[in-house]
Amino acid sequence: MTAVAASKAKRGPISDKTKAERKLAYMLVAPAIVAMLLVTVYPILYAIALSLQKVDLRFPQESGFVGLDNYTAVLTSDLWWQGVGNTALIAVISVAIELVLGMGLALIMHKALFGRGVVRTATLIPYGIVTVVAAFAWFFAFDPSSGFVNNLPFIADDKAWFGSHNSSLAVIIMAEVWKTTPFMALLLLAGLATIDEGLYEAARVDGATAVQRFFKITLPLLKPALLVALLFRTLDAFRVFDSIFVMTRGSQDTESVSILGYNQLISRLNLGLGSAVSVLIFVLVLGIAFIFVRLLGTSTPAGQGER
Amino acid sequence: MWRGVIAALGVAALGSSIAACGDSDSSSGPVTLNWFIFNEPSGAPQKIAKRCSEQSNGAYRINFEYLPSQADQQREQLVRRLGAEDSSLDLLGMDVVWTGEFANAGWLKPVPASTAKAVSENVFDSVLQTARFKDRLYTVPIWSNTTLLWYRKDRAPKPPKTFDEMIDMAEKLGPEKGRFQLQANRYEGLVVLVNQLIESAGTSVLAGPTQMKLDKAPTERALSILGRLSNSSAAPPNVSTSTEDTARLGFEGGDSTFMINYPFVYPSAKENAPDVFKVMAAAKFPQVDADKPSKPPIGGINLGVSAFSKHPEEAFAATECLIKPENQLEVAKLGGLPPVRSDVYDQPEIDKIYPGFADVVRDSIQSAAPRPSQSPAYQDLSLAIQRALHPTTKIDARNPTPAYDKLRDYVEKAIKREGLL
Repeated sequence: MTAVAASKAKRGPISDKTKAERKLAYMLVAPAIVAMLLVTVYPILYAIALSLQKVDLRFPQESGFVGLDNYTAVLTSDLWWQGVGNTALIAVISVAIELVLGMGLALIMHKALFGRGVVRTATLIPYGIVTVVAAFAWFFAFDPSSGFVNNLPFIADDKAWFGSHNSSLAVIIMAEVWKTTPFMALLLLAGLATIDEGLYEAARVDGATAVQRFFKITLPLLKPALLVALLFRTLDAFRVFDSIFVMTRGSQDTESVSILGYNQLISRLNLGLGSAVSVLIFVLVLGIAFIFVRLLGTSTPAGQGER
Repeated sequence: MWRGVIAALGVAALGSSIAACGDSDSSSGPVTLNWFIFNEPSGAPQKIAKRCSEQSNGAYRINFEYLPSQADQQREQLVRRLGAEDSSLDLLGMDVVWTGEFANAGWLKPVPASTAKAVSENVFDSVLQTARFKDRLYTVPIWSNTTLLWYRKDRAPKPPKTFDEMIDMAEKLGPEKGRFQLQANRYEGLVVLVNQLIESAGTSVLAGPTQMKLDKAPTERALSILGRLSNSSAAPPNVSTSTEDTARLGFEGGDSTFMINYPFVYPSAKENAPDVFKVMAAAKFPQVDADKPSKPPIGGINLGVSAFSKHPEEAFAATECLIKPENQLEVAKLGGLPPVRSDVYDQPEIDKIYPGFADVVRDSIQSAAPRPSQSPAYQDLSLAIQRALHPTTKIDARNPTPAYDKLRDYVEKAIKREGLL
C-alpha cells in the first residue's frame, strides 16, 4: 500500500510542503532503520562472515578462513537435502491444508449471524497457544503410553506414532495445521471484509449460484489477501522447528533445515558450518519471498483497479 | 527460530554482564561462588553446599544457579555462557562426558596438584577416567551413577548372565509378562547402550582422542545383540522411542520382567507400583559373551571450575569440601546418588540406601567403562552413533555387517568433524 502511495506521489510536481514532509518522514523512520540495521543486518553479515571460516568453539586453536568449504560440506551432504525435502514437504502439505481449512473458517466467521465474537475467539485459541506447549500436547496425545489417540476405534493400541518416518511427519503436520490454521483464517477474513457486498447482490440479481459467486467474485478479489497469507505461512512453515524438536528431535529422518542448523550451531558448537546452514536457509527464504512478491506485484494493481 | 536463538544469546550475555557487575568484590566478607547445576530434586547438593559454606569460616558462600533437567540442555546453557567468557560462573555441575570438550576449549581450570591428590583418594579408577583429559585432572567427581539389570524375582528366580539368556527367558515368558525395557530412542541413552555393548564385547569406540578402534568381530557381535534386543517379541512396542522414563513406566506397568535402568527406579517403584516393588531385584548389566565380563555404563556429575572464574582458589577449596566422604554419604542418603569413593560403600548406611544391591552398585561402578568422552568432539561422536544406529530395529541380528559399516563411516567422519550431523 505504501509503495503504491509513494509511486503516486512521485508522479506529481514536488512542492516545498511535500519536501518538508518527506524530510520529516525520513527523520521519523530513521530510528527504526538504525534499529533494524543493528539487530538484523549486523547478525546477517556476521553469520555470512562466520560461514566462510572454520570456527568451532571446542577447538579454538583451529580457526581460520576456509572460503566456501563450509558451503561445500553442507551442499554435498545427504542430510541437508533430506532436510530441505522434509521442510518443503511439511511446508507444502501443511500450507495447502491450512488454506482450505482456513478459507472455510474465514467464510464461517464472515457469515456468522450470531455469536460472532465467540466464534472468532474460539477459532483463534490454538493460535494463541505457545508452539512448544501445543507440540507437547500433540506429542502426549500420540504417545502410546500416555496418549488417548491409540484408544480410539480403528487404531492399534500399540501403534508407535513416532516410530516411523511417515507417521511422525503426519503428526508433525497435523500439529502445525492445528496451530496455524486460525492465522490463515484471520488473514483471509480481513480480505473478505474488504469485498463490496454490492457485488454479491448484483450477482444474485443476475442469477449466479453460491458456487459461482465464490469462484467468480470471492476468490479473484481475495487474491491479494490470499497471496499475503500464503507468503506468511510458507515462510513460517519453512522455518518449522519447535514441533519437530519436541516430538522427534529429528529422529526417523524428520529433520527440518532449522533442526540441522540447531544441531551444528548449538549442539556441536561448529559455528562455521552452522552459519553456512543458516545462510543457506536465509537464501531459500529470500527466494520464496521473492517469488511470492513477484506474484503479489502482478496481482495487486488488478485488485486495486476493480475497487 | 534463529532470531530466537540470537535473542537468547543476547539476553544471556546481557544477564551475565549485569550479574558480573553486581558481584564486584567487596573486600571483606565471604566471596560468592556460583554453582551452575540442574536442580537435583532431593536437595542434596544444596544441603552439602550449605554445610561447606559454613565450614569455610567465611571464605566462601555457595550460591545456586539452576540449569534445566535434561543433560543436553544443561550443556547448551553452560557452553553459551562459557563461549562468551562469562565470569559469573565458578563451579560447574558437569555430565561426565563433557570433560574433554570443555577442557580442550579452554573453559576449565585444571585441578591443582594439591587438590587433585585430595579429591582422587579412594575414588574408583573408572570414575577418575571421566574426569581426566590428556592425563590431567580437569574435574572433580562428586557423584556417580550406573545402570543395573532390574528383574522380577517372581518370574525370573535367577537373573540372566548374558543378553542372549535374558532374551530367551523373556520370549519364553511371553509379551504379557516377559517384556524387557531399555533405552533406544535417538538420544544419549542409546549411545550409552551401544557403548556398553561394544565395551562388553571386548572393544572400544576410540583407541585415542582422535583414533577410531571398533574392531570388526566384537563390534559386529555387539550390534547383533542390539538387533536381537530391538526385534525380539519381548521388546517394548515403543523401543525406538524408549528412554529411562518410558522404561520405568513400562516396568511399573507390570508386563515386564527385565529392565536396564539407573537406581532411581527403585524408590520410584516403591511409590508408584508397590506390587512390582515387592518382587524387584537388581543384578549387574548383562554380558555380551559368557566368557567376557560386562562393562556397565558410568554416569554422574563432575565438578569443574570455570577458567573465567574470579575465585578459583575458593572454588577448588569448595570442591574438596563437597566431596568429603560424609558429604558423599549425605548425597547418597538424600538423593540415592552413588558415591565415587570406594570406602564410602563400607559405611553401614549404604545398605539401607541400596537394600540388597549395594554390592552390585559398587561392583558395577568399579568395572564400568566410560563412553568415548576423551575426545573433545564427543558431541559429534554421540550424534554420529545415534544417527548411524537409530532406529535399532533396522539392525539385522544375523547380518550386522551393514550396520557395522555405517557405524564406522559415521564415527570416522565425527572424529574428523567433517560434514553435517
